[in-house]
Amino acid sequence: MNRILTAFLVITWLGTAHAAELLNVSYDPTRELWRQLNERFIAAYAKSPGGQLTIKQSHGGSSAQARAVMDGLEADVVTLALEPDTDAIRKAGLIGDGWQQRLPNGSVPYTSTIVFVVRKGNPKGIKDWPDLVKPGIQIITPSPKTSGNGKLSFLAAWGSVVSRGGSDAAALEYVTKLYKQVPVLDSGARGSTTTFAQKKLGDVHLTWENEARLEVQEAGGELEIVNPPTSILATPPVAVVDANVKRHGTEAAAKAYLEYLYTDDGQEIIAKNFYRPVKPEVLARHKADFPDVKLFPVTTVAKDWNDAFEKFFGEGKVFDSIYKP
Amino acid sequence: MNDVNRRVLPGFRLSLGYTLAYLGVLVIVPLVACFLKAATLPFDRFWAAVSTERAVAAYELTVGASLVSAAINVVVGLLVAWVLVRYEFPMKRVVDSLVDLPFALPTAVAGLVYSSLYVQSGWLGRFLVPLGIQAAYSRLAIVLVLVFVGFPFVVRTLEPVLERIDADVEEAAACLGASRLQTVTRVIFPSLYPALVTGFALSFARALGEYGSVVFVSGNMPFKTEIAPVLIVARLEEFAYAEATAIAVVLLVISFAVLVVVNLLERWSKRVYA
Repeated sequence: MNRILTAFLVITWLGTAHAAELLNVSYDPTRELWRQLNERFIAAYAKSPGGQLTIKQSHGGSSAQARAVMDGLEADVVTLALEPDTDAIRKAGLIGDGWQQRLPNGSVPYTSTIVFVVRKGNPKGIKDWPDLVKPGIQIITPSPKTSGNGKLSFLAAWGSVVSRGGSDAAALEYVTKLYKQVPVLDSGARGSTTTFAQKKLGDVHLTWENEARLEVQEAGGELEIVNPPTSILATPPVAVVDANVKRHGTEAAAKAYLEYLYTDDGQEIIAKNFYRPVKPEVLARHKADFPDVKLFPVTTVAKDWNDAFEKFFGEGKVFDSIYKP
Repeated sequence: MNDVNRRVLPGFRLSLGYTLAYLGVLVIVPLVACFLKAATLPFDRFWAAVSTERAVAAYELTVGASLVSAAINVVVGLLVAWVLVRYEFPMKRVVDSLVDLPFALPTAVAGLVYSSLYVQSGWLGRFLVPLGIQAAYSRLAIVLVLVFVGFPFVVRTLEPVLERIDADVEEAAACLGASRLQTVTRVIFPSLYPALVTGFALSFARALGEYGSVVFVSGNMPFKTEIAPVLIVARLEEFAYAEATAIAVVLLVISFAVLVVVNLLERWSKRVYA
């Protein structure tokens, strides 16, 4: 409840009553990214026949945001962290079927992954996934039950075993060991960052690549990033909320807004905010920022995102089975 | 009815109507909606949602920690209320307003501050952790923040009652030959019991529903430090609204039952000690 309230509170009102208005409902760490994208897009759109436009932003936990939209938050576009969240809005009847096919690259304008953040000098010598379960290592990552970051960390850990030819049984043994060494299950990504960076708990923090960059920047030399040789390919999708844009008469603007993400200009801003651009030439320009991590798709661990969530994080499923009274 | 409610000032019907409408919109409608949502589950699924081992462990922790924190608050709160009512000292006003701070402070802030104080690198944790006292990410941490959020309820409930007990009463008791202990147990306490019970109930009820501060200090480990409201959020993340509401209904029923018991206790203590 709290999070939904916050989501409403953080909506920033930018415009006047006359201009057309878009509401972009997104997840937590994307504030900076969208502020920059909006500024550029509004300027570009003013020169088109569409004319003046204002864009409002709402941020919060990805699935809390999805619930807010399903419960009536008037989003024109949703730019959430995880496909099942966007797809839940489709199931509620607000987004048309086949939304994944409407924009290039399965409606995914940028990708990201899970990397390690460690203390200065990497005192525990953590380089790869198997290092995490060595005795005495404490791992900080949010709860997969309540956090998108938490879910991706889990799937990355699982996939690190099966993508290298390990069996499901071996993967289960690995994640069971791993979560036994997680001392705190924070409810969200920012909570984990505070636990690791401010409260100095744990030896390694599993987090979004873009969050890791900010965390290390803020820590002033206390922390550093370790890129594991392999990790999960996270694919945050974007979609127009059909039912809402029809009512608002903002179909054209919403469509242009999301298409803008795939332009050179949009991709460049995306890369500067440490999200991996999907355009190969833009990615090539920022090669130094995005080290080679072998990214495996979700299909390595499950049929698709929905299946992965159901299979691993559903009530009484794999993740719950790790914890016993 | 009309005779009983005849007053110098008019407005019985209007004010009663307003009261009922107000309670209806703010309390009854949301509660009914909650029960209706939970009722969309067939009974076996409702039962499956609320009776997992993990959920039961969470109820036990939530209720247990709330009871302990309310008990601590009654003791500490009585002391603080006594000091604030009976003695004059410099900065009394400041101390008095500090008591209300937990009402105003967002509880998430309290949770963050408590946990950063008590972790190993924190100001207090660096002394406590070597002694083996883990006051962050443990059950103790949960009790600590619940004491924090419930504290003002006890103090503010007791203060007016204490103010009504004149110091004369104590003097009279002394003149009649009562020992100091007798004065406290036979004279002061009996008139305080109902207020103590009310303070306990308020503090307990507040603790039962607390979420914001606890998620930051508890560590949310299943079977160890996971409170029931965290489970509700976990179910919402799966878009399992009905199951989430089912757990909420169980919490509601527990708190309602405790409040009924407390109310009976209060009446009983009023009758016995009046």
